[in-house]
Amino acid sequence: MLLVVLEHDRGTLGEPGREALTFGRTLAVKMGAEMHAAVIGAGAPEAAGPDAIAAEAGDHGAAHVYTVDSEVLSDFGPEAWGESIALITALVGADAVLACGSERGNEVMAQAAVRLDAPMVANCTDIAPPGEPDGQWSMTRVQWGGSLLEDATLSAAGPALLTCALHTVASSPAKPAPDSVPEVQTVDIDLPSELARTVVKERVVLEAGVTLPTAPVVVGGGRGVGSAEGFAPLEELAELLGGRVGCSRAVTNNGWRPHSDQVGQTGTRIAPEIYIASGISGAIQHWVGAMGSKHILAVNIDPEANMVVKADWAVIGDLHQVIPAISAEIRRRWS
Amino acid sequence: MRILCCVKRVPAPGARINVTGDGLAVDAAHLGFTTSPHEECGVEEAVQITEREGGEVTVLTLGPAEAAEQLRYAASVGAHHGVLVQTEVEAWDPQRTARALTAAIESLEESGGPFDLILFGNESADSGGFQVGVRVAYALGRPIVNGIKGIETDGSTVRARREIDGGFEVYELAMPAALGVKEGINLPRYPTMRGRLASKKLAITTMEIDAEAGGQALVRLHRPTETLSQTTILGHGPEAAAAVVDVLEELGVL
Repeated sequence: MLLVVLEHDRGTLGEPGREALTFGRTLAVKMGAEMHAAVIGAGAPEAAGPDAIAAEAGDHGAAHVYTVDSEVLSDFGPEAWGESIALITALVGADAVLACGSERGNEVMAQAAVRLDAPMVANCTDIAPPGEPDGQWSMTRVQWGGSLLEDATLSAAGPALLTCALHTVASSPAKPAPDSVPEVQTVDIDLPSELARTVVKERVVLEAGVTLPTAPVVVGGGRGVGSAEGFAPLEELAELLGGRVGCSRAVTNNGWRPHSDQVGQTGTRIAPEIYIASGISGAIQHWVGAMGSKHILAVNIDPEANMVVKADWAVIGDLHQVIPAISAEIRRRWS
Repeated sequence: MRILCCVKRVPAPGARINVTGDGLAVDAAHLGFTTSPHEECGVEEAVQITEREGGEVTVLTLGPAEAAEQLRYAASVGAHHGVLVQTEVEAWDPQRTARALTAAIESLEESGGPFDLILFGNESADSGGFQVGVRVAYALGRPIVNGIKGIETDGSTVRARREIDGGFEVYELAMPAALGVKEGINLPRYPTMRGRLASKKLAITTMEIDAEAGGQALVRLHRPTETLSQTTILGHGPEAAAAVVDVLEELGVL
C-alpha cells in the first residue's frame, strides 16, 4: 500500500497535497497497490478540517484516509509531523510513503525517515517500484534545482520514503470519479509533549494581495538594471500589469533589492502567465526559479544571452529605454 | 556562544551544467568551486551572532581535501575553527553523510564542549537531498527547524523566522538547538585583505571517519531534455514597445 501524506495548513489542504495524490495515483497503479492518505492534525476550528480533506483525497483516488490528532499537532511542527508519519507508517504497514517535495513536505519526510532509520529520496520526477532481480526502487530525481536530473536507486529494508518534486504533475481528481467515498479511520498514536518544542509559536502576516509566487505577471531585473534606483521603471510596469517585481541573485547580492524579491534556486520559484526578464543573463541559478513561467519575454542588449535564447519573445535593447516605453504604450492605449 | 556551521563544497556553474562522461558527477573542469549558498549565509549568520554576543564559530565540512578551501574562505569572513572530514569519493549518500557528520560533531563536543547552535544549509545546491541536517540533529537529540531566514538569540533560546506565502512563522527553540537556514537570512560579507591573510594560517583539523552507506545510490546524472523554444524577436529598442503590448493583450494580462 502507498501512503500519501497530505500537506495542509491548519486544516486547509493545499496544492502540494493534491499534487502528491495525483502523482501517487500513478505510482500506486505501478505498485499494483491501493493508495491511502494521512491527515496529520485536525487544524483550526474555522478550517475545512480532516473530513473535508479526506473527501477531497477520495476524489483524487485515495481508498482509505487515516487521521491523527494530538495537542502537539495544533499547528505545524516538523518534529511532531515527522513522528506522526513514522508512527502511522509502521501501524498501517505502508510499503511506501509519498509527500510532495515542498519546503514542509521534504522537511517532515526527512524527520520521518530518520525516525524509521530509513532512506528518503527527495524530489523525484518519476518512480518505479522494486523490480526483479535486485528488488530496488528506481527513480529520477531533481538536482541543481532542476538543471540536472539524477537516476537513482533506493534499497530499503522497510518502507520507501519518497517525495515528488513540486509541480512535477498538475493536480487533478481521479477520472472516472471513484464510485465510493474513502473510509476515514482515526488512528491513536502517542506523541510525546516534548515535540511541542518545534511547533510554530506565532505567525505574522506581512502582505495581502499578490505575492511573487502567485503573481500573474513578474517584471524581473538583473545586473543590467545597474542600481536600486534603476528598478523604479520596473516597479511602474509591474504595477500597471497588476504584477510584482522580481530580481536575480546578482541584484540581491548587490543589496539593490531584498532577498524576498529574488527569483531563483535559492529564492522564489515563480509561475506567472508572463515573466518579463530585463537585463538578466539567465544563469542556471536564476533560470530554475523562472522556468515555471508560462511565457517569457526577455529584454536584453545581448541577443546571445541565455535568457533571450530561452525566451518566447525578446526585445533587443537597453531596458532603461524599453521598459518605460512599454509602460507609456500601455497608458496610451488605455487613455 | 559556541556555534557550529556545516558547509558543503559545490561547483559554481554559470549558464550551463555539464556532466562527466561516466555520468557520475558534474564536469567541473572549467568551473570554480564555492560554498553552497545557503551555507555561506549560515557562516555569515554565525559570525554576526558571535560578533554581537561573543563566542566562537567552528565550520565543519565533509568532502575531498580541496574542501579545505571552503573552510579557509569561512575563516576569511570571520569563522574561528575549521574541521574537515575527508572523504575519498565525493558523492556520499545522505544517510552516510549524516552518520559521519554526527560522529564528527560528537567527537568535537567531547573535546570542546557542546555547541549551543548548529547551523545547516536548508539543502545543498547540487544534490539537494533535503535531509542531512534533520538526520544529524535527530541523532544528536537537538530540535531542528528548516527554512530559516531570521535568527534572534538571547543566550538560552533562539527565535527563528520562516517565510510562508504572505508572511512568516516564528519558532522558539531552547538551546542547544539546530537550524536549517536559507539564503536571504543576511547578505554575506566579502573577505577583507586581513581576513584573507588570517585564513591562510587557519589550522584545519582533519578527521577520517567512515560511515555505513545508506539506501540511496546514484546511477547517473543527465541533463533534462530541453524544449528548444523559438525566440521571436519583437524588435530593437523602445520602438518594440507596441509589439510587446500586443503580446500582453493577447495573453490577457493587461
